[in-house]
Amino acid sequence: MNPLEITATAIATCLGRGEAPTLEALRSGASGLAPCSFETVKLPTYVGEVAGAGEKLLPPGFDAFDCRNNRVAELALASDSFLDKVAQARARYGADRIGIFAGTSTSGILETEIAYRNRDAATGALPQDFIYDQRHSTFSLGAYLQQRLGLEGPAMVLSAACATTAKAFAAAHRMIEAGLCDAAVVGGADSLCLTTLYGFNALCLTSRLPCRPFDAARDGISLGEGAGFALLERPASSDPMLLLGLGESSDAHHMSSPHPDGLGARLAMERALASAGLSPSDLAYLNLHGTATPVGDRAEDKAVTSLFGDRLACSSTKGQTGHVLGAAGIVEAIMTMLSLRHGVLPGTANLTNLDPELGATYVRAPARASFKRAMSNSFGFGGNNCSLIFGLG
Amino acid sequence: MRVFIDAIGICGPGLDGWAQSAAILAGTAPYQPAPLRVPPPDLLPPAERRRAVPSVRLALQVGKEALETSGAEVESLPTVFTSSGGDGVTMHAILDTLAQPAREMSPTQFHNSVHNAPAGYWSIATGSHAPTTSIAAHDASFAAGLLEASSQLVASQAPVLFVAYDGAYPGPLHLVRPITASFAVALLLSPTPGASCLAGLSIGRVRGRPSNGALADAQLEQLRRGAPAARSLPLLAAVARGDTAEIDIEDTASHLLRIAVAPCETGA
Repeated sequence: MNPLEITATAIATCLGRGEAPTLEALRSGASGLAPCSFETVKLPTYVGEVAGAGEKLLPPGFDAFDCRNNRVAELALASDSFLDKVAQARARYGADRIGIFAGTSTSGILETEIAYRNRDAATGALPQDFIYDQRHSTFSLGAYLQQRLGLEGPAMVLSAACATTAKAFAAAHRMIEAGLCDAAVVGGADSLCLTTLYGFNALCLTSRLPCRPFDAARDGISLGEGAGFALLERPASSDPMLLLGLGESSDAHHMSSPHPDGLGARLAMERALASAGLSPSDLAYLNLHGTATPVGDRAEDKAVTSLFGDRLACSSTKGQTGHVLGAAGIVEAIMTMLSLRHGVLPGTANLTNLDPELGATYVRAPARASFKRAMSNSFGFGGNNCSLIFGLG
Repeated sequence: MRVFIDAIGICGPGLDGWAQSAAILAGTAPYQPAPLRVPPPDLLPPAERRRAVPSVRLALQVGKEALETSGAEVESLPTVFTSSGGDGVTMHAILDTLAQPAREMSPTQFHNSVHNAPAGYWSIATGSHAPTTSIAAHDASFAAGLLEASSQLVASQAPVLFVAYDGAYPGPLHLVRPITASFAVALLLSPTPGASCLAGLSIGRVRGRPSNGALADAQLEQLRRGAPAARSLPLLAAVARGDTAEIDIEDTASHLLRIAVAPCETGA
């Protein structure tokens, strides 16, 4: 495929806002997970909350959009001069030549969860001041970005569970290839809500401890929240960060359980390599999906070892950020790009005793390392998978 | 962008499949709204068949109809699903459960709540490992989905199955998001006209608001307004008539899709 250049990024997770605290955490291996005290939730689990997301913080004129999900998105947007760089791109290309490919899985459902507790006792109606369209509708974040960034190009919100914001890169690439836009803002946000906390609990997929990817005693995920965005353009710089390849696949197996041999995961990685014109030995690092569920980690390990053997350095950063669900693709893409740019091999926080049944090479503590190409995996409910390859030009 | 429609699947109130619906949309048969009839999702294995919620059944039904009509290779056929907000019935059930003190959520309801549930069920039903995309754009969901599917087709020069669906929302959600009808349409899009080609489309995205969107039949117009996926009806009516026509469909950001429709034999 024709590579695209990532000319700006923005990020907010429980590790902090912007590149500096994220890079610092990648170097130190620090985790942002803490015992859950979110909203009225009474579950014995850890979460990764974005500091400040409980406060009203959207700019004036955006009250209708005020929900936790758009706040988390705004906390990212305001980092690392991203707004200025998008404004410069808008001046260069025109507002209608920049597309928006944003992702979320639960959008602003938290506000609807709260509104459902306050329904009219007689009629069941939601409170008078309840707003659906700009807060809970799946496109809410897309509409927010259109207005906040002043963009008028093709826009969509992708929602494919935990593969969502990785797949946003694929949609943007196709749309640029088809000539419908010259540049794209990709990324998205997912924020803590009762639906996912109680939903993963119902599936017995949450851990009582901070999640331990690939550990022999791993017993589930820790939920996090976060947002990230990237500006994609055709390559022009002398020292570009490039999106080199991408691959998507479907498991055709089960709605909430991955294929036991990681068939779909392997297909996504193979297709990403093929689209980049690379072979497995061309990569130096893989940021795994690695959510710390017993089944998911084993399936991903099988997929990775079947393609790379034990030659590739792998790690999961979910012990640091928690599983940020629909935002995992963009958050881990940005972490992978930071690793490439700054020569750090991320570790796998909370991995103490490696599961002896696993065969890939897992990086436990962060290390200094210089490398040129890396992959990031994102897999979701519905068996939707996506792998991205980034590289220094 | 130029794309060809090789097959259509359609399911809505009083619209049972393309053969019957084409006559209604072409104006040669009367439209009589009737309760929605969605055949059982027999493509799915028994366990998934039991778990599939109404909007998933609706999306699968139209996809299946388009697939059967076209004879496309499903194993390698990429899919694009678009919907304003996924399954409203599941969303309501989850929200209602979470408002109770016990908050005992059903695992099946949770996995059915994801927006890409139809994509997951479709992949299980067909055994397809092909890429799939699930998107939303509120009232412009059909336009955004058609643009996404068409750009995939142009970028890959290979067929794409495009499904737009919306299930009617239950109360109290329907008061805040009035999706009043369940409706779904599938378009099997191809870069070159196949043997069963129904129409050729030339699609552009331009600034403006649609001026020619309303349908003459008042009840069909009500359906068009009642579900974002049904914003496709003027396009489908032009295909059914076999005319050359220019159809505008609302997109986001004060833009619209301007679609030149032509029958296949005239080389659209």
